[in-house]
Amino acid sequence: MLELLNFYLIPGLVLGAIYALAAAGVSLVYGVMRFANFMHGDMMTWGAYAALVAVLALGISPWVALPFAVAATIPVAWAADAAFFGRLRRAAPAVLLISSFGAALMIRAVVYFVFGPTPQNYGQGLVPPLLFGEVRIQQRHLFILAGAALAALALHLLLARTRAGRAMRAMADDPDLARVTGVPVAGVIRLTWAVAAALAAIAGTFLAIDTELTPMLGFNVLLAAFAAAILGGIGRPWGAALGGLLLGLAEELSSYPFLAGEPLLQPAYKTAVAFAVLVLVLIFRPQGLFRGMG
Amino acid sequence: MSLLEARGVVGGYGEADILHGVDLTVAPGQVVVVIGPNGAGKSTLMKAVAGLVRVRQGSIRFGGEEIANRPAEGMVARGLAYVPQERNVFPSLTVEENLAMGAFVRPAAVAEGIARVHAIFPELREKRRVPAGSLSGGQRQMVAVGRALMLEPRLIMLDEPTAGLSPRFCGLIFDKVREIAAGGTAVLMVEQNARPALAIADRGVVLAMGRNRAEDAGPALLANPEIGRLFLGG
Repeated sequence: MLELLNFYLIPGLVLGAIYALAAAGVSLVYGVMRFANFMHGDMMTWGAYAALVAVLALGISPWVALPFAVAATIPVAWAADAAFFGRLRRAAPAVLLISSFGAALMIRAVVYFVFGPTPQNYGQGLVPPLLFGEVRIQQRHLFILAGAALAALALHLLLARTRAGRAMRAMADDPDLARVTGVPVAGVIRLTWAVAAALAAIAGTFLAIDTELTPMLGFNVLLAAFAAAILGGIGRPWGAALGGLLLGLAEELSSYPFLAGEPLLQPAYKTAVAFAVLVLVLIFRPQGLFRGMG
Repeated sequence: MSLLEARGVVGGYGEADILHGVDLTVAPGQVVVVIGPNGAGKSTLMKAVAGLVRVRQGSIRFGGEEIANRPAEGMVARGLAYVPQERNVFPSLTVEENLAMGAFVRPAAVAEGIARVHAIFPELREKRRVPAGSLSGGQRQMVAVGRALMLEPRLIMLDEPTAGLSPRFCGLIFDKVREIAAGGTAVLMVEQNARPALAIADRGVVLAMGRNRAEDAGPALLANPEIGRLFLGG
């Protein structure tokens, strides 16, 4: 039981929390602007490397570098919107998707050019895990879970309690009707990009803290983020966050030796679990797991 | 002095014009009903006024200001509210949030506006925490009209407000239209349900093929045998 908790459930929750943040950002952009933003993974990467710059330049811990990561990622999203997506606002979703893929490649090229392909880390060294009786939890895992919970709470308060959040939800429901009621569409789109970029930067930095920095960092989890967003009902950030948690848990638990000491699935197949879940959801519940559940 | 004055409006979607030079005048506090066969351009005319359809020629003046091709998001602040025929509520927002969207450009007016809308449509009070998407058609229409009334507009445009509603709700909506006009808000309404709509109208305008065909006081249009034969189904 303890092994399950320490080595599968807690890492699963941590991975799930990172997926949840990434998926919430993907879902938000989809809801307001109606396209699958393939640039999201590379915004995560960009944020993680921006944190690395702050860590190296200022000698701070990556947790303290989070605001730098966010501040460096928002302008990238705005620039991509000004250069590409803003000109394609009325284009078909597939056109926007492909252009976001192009923007993703551009971001990644800059990261490769500046930082090279070699994996790097924030230089945290080895930190002994915290012990609660027999329960072991890595300090970074505790921080990631707490940080993700805070970010999710902030997102919830923004969407549910503020006028700007209500405008974002109104745009997601019906853009023309939102315009008719006087919602400044351009401003809401700018805000949506800022929030999505912040979520991406936080998710990317957390993922890099938990693993390591590579130029493929964010792109490698992008499809899992989409799977989580679809799981939760695309365009619904809360559902996406729940979908992310479920997916992270499913991936980690898939290699637990439930039967006779052998892993249920070899860890190498872990990432396939996300896509198996995605295919099953698309076949049996394409509206998402939580739609119609209030 | 007229509140809304459209002159020679030509426009439509993309390349194809639907309006071929339409005139329309609404005076303050008046109820004006636009009727005509399908494809006459009734809804397009409203969308042109609302800033959702491009006007290629002609002018649209509201309160003396030229508003043709101005951004749709600026209309509500001018006192021009628009209720589309379909998809006229935000389904995932609650009734109260939908109403609050009607005063989006003036947040300080939300509480007072909601109280006034509740006075007009008391049914909405008990539904205020319910997502608008789960309401009946008639209740949705109340939310949509209530949303448009939040800032006490000078003109409210209703695109087929009784479409798909039961006779009870149709009567209620027409009663409310008179009540709204009595409060000083002019009403411009497109209606398929032409007879009862003309009965409560100060003016009736008949459109066909994107052009004006006739215009008169509502009851006079109803009494006109040619109009009855051509546009009111005998």
